[in-house]
Amino acid sequence: MHLSALNLYGQGILVSAALVLFTSFVMLAQTRIQPLIYAFAWQGALLSVTTALVALVSGHSHLYISALLTFGLKALLIPWMLYRMARRLHIQREVETVSHPSLIMLAGAVLVVFCYYVALPVAQLSTLVTRNTIAVSMATVLLGMLLMITRRAAVAQVIGFMSIENGLFFAAVASTYGMPMIVELGVAFDVLVAAVLFGIFFFQIRASIDSLDIDRLNRLSEKAE
Amino acid sequence: MVDNLNAWLDSALQTLLFIAGAPLLAGWIKRLKCHLQNRAAPSLFQPYRDLVKLFAKDVVLAEHASWLFRAAPYIVFGAMVLSAAVVPLVAVPLPASAIADVIVLAGFFALARFFQALAGMDIGTAFGGMGASREMTVASLAEPAMLMAVFTLTMTASTTNLSIAIRHILAAGLVLRPSFLFALLSLAMVTVAETGHIPVDNPATHLELTMLHEAMVLEYSARHLALMEWASMIKLMIYAVLISNIFLPWGIASRFTVAAITVGTLAVTAKLALLSVLLALWETVLAKMRLFRVPQFLGFAFLLALLGVLTHVILETAV
Repeated sequence: MHLSALNLYGQGILVSAALVLFTSFVMLAQTRIQPLIYAFAWQGALLSVTTALVALVSGHSHLYISALLTFGLKALLIPWMLYRMARRLHIQREVETVSHPSLIMLAGAVLVVFCYYVALPVAQLSTLVTRNTIAVSMATVLLGMLLMITRRAAVAQVIGFMSIENGLFFAAVASTYGMPMIVELGVAFDVLVAAVLFGIFFFQIRASIDSLDIDRLNRLSEKAE
Repeated sequence: MVDNLNAWLDSALQTLLFIAGAPLLAGWIKRLKCHLQNRAAPSLFQPYRDLVKLFAKDVVLAEHASWLFRAAPYIVFGAMVLSAAVVPLVAVPLPASAIADVIVLAGFFALARFFQALAGMDIGTAFGGMGASREMTVASLAEPAMLMAVFTLTMTASTTNLSIAIRHILAAGLVLRPSFLFALLSLAMVTVAETGHIPVDNPATHLELTMLHEAMVLEYSARHLALMEWASMIKLMIYAVLISNIFLPWGIASRFTVAAITVGTLAVTAKLALLSVLLALWETVLAKMRLFRVPQFLGFAFLLALLGVLTHVILETAV
């Protein structure tokens, strides 16, 4: 759909969708734990703004509940839990060394192009206002995966995982105006439980290998090499 | 024919206004920065006084300076004046922009930079060579980002002619374009890097390790130095006008009537004044980054510009 055919709210959906994609890139570039958590919180907040705007434009009022749920869980509660865990593990100021940072960013841009190519036939079949953002939501999923692949710190990997979930939720909103309410509620609480479990895992990993660098899980022997 | 002549005359007047206004913008930014940093601020017209003083002085040339060193200030200044002639300041119809589009504008910048770097190396001092090498490093990273950001505009307006592109954006009215948001951020970062402002360069320090732009013009004096300084003020003005007139084109005159031009002048003055406040705030809040962090800074600018182009294709074109 051409931009000028949309009203201001419709254009607002596109702007906030683009900003969600931008936060994905910010997370990819951010090597410190604390700003990474903030970027994740911003992504959740922008996602809930997008959902609320979609609800406004399409008239599907159940999306307002999804938007509220997203804001409460993904912009406030889960980032707060991650932040508290990082504080308790004393890693909130840690800086991770990522090899080839600019290459990773370019790989992210290539992923966006790939998603556009893949989502093009889907968008051509769709008649929704949000059909152009399907590619962006897929890109959010793949960028979350890229974040998980390129990082070794457990917290960054969890954030990558959560950002994949953000992308999936976004894809559901963009392609079918959201999943049935019962599914959405279930997924939301699953994510919450996952966040709690990850917290326990952090402490377990730290207790057994004395580090949160999960590359060290590949070693079998207990001897220091 | 008379109409055509009038348009060219107005265009020449606009360019003169551009060149004459550039030191005022530099003075305003300096004043704002002084106020923000609790220093006594110089007068708004201090850059004019500096230029007048420099033009009155005698030139001191290094023993080994070649013709290149003497010609470079004129070439740099000339390139900046020509680029100023291409950018619409108070009125959109600009016959010059039919001759030279945005890509030529980037070419003018590259030409000026090339001769500045040559002049920096001509004397053979260590500072000149170091400054030239650093300037070229920054420029080689900033230029693709700038071109990418500009391509976002040209893809939206389907033209590289600045006049027609700005008129197209004016005619569309208020449209929220995600691609323009990214292009704006990217162009702002490139502006900071290209005009020697704080996270990348700090021309005020005269400290060897931090010099980029200043190291190249260290050997210049009198009218040569005045031309170099004036050229860099015009460059800052060009970037500021590009940002304000592309992304917030409202108020710019679309016809050559007295009322429209008055409104246009007031509008562009207000926009530039506000933009300078943002720049001064940005320069006060941030610290200068290490030289080796600059590629990362400009890499992010390039990524933003690339995202601008991508979101234009993905979100804004008809599927």
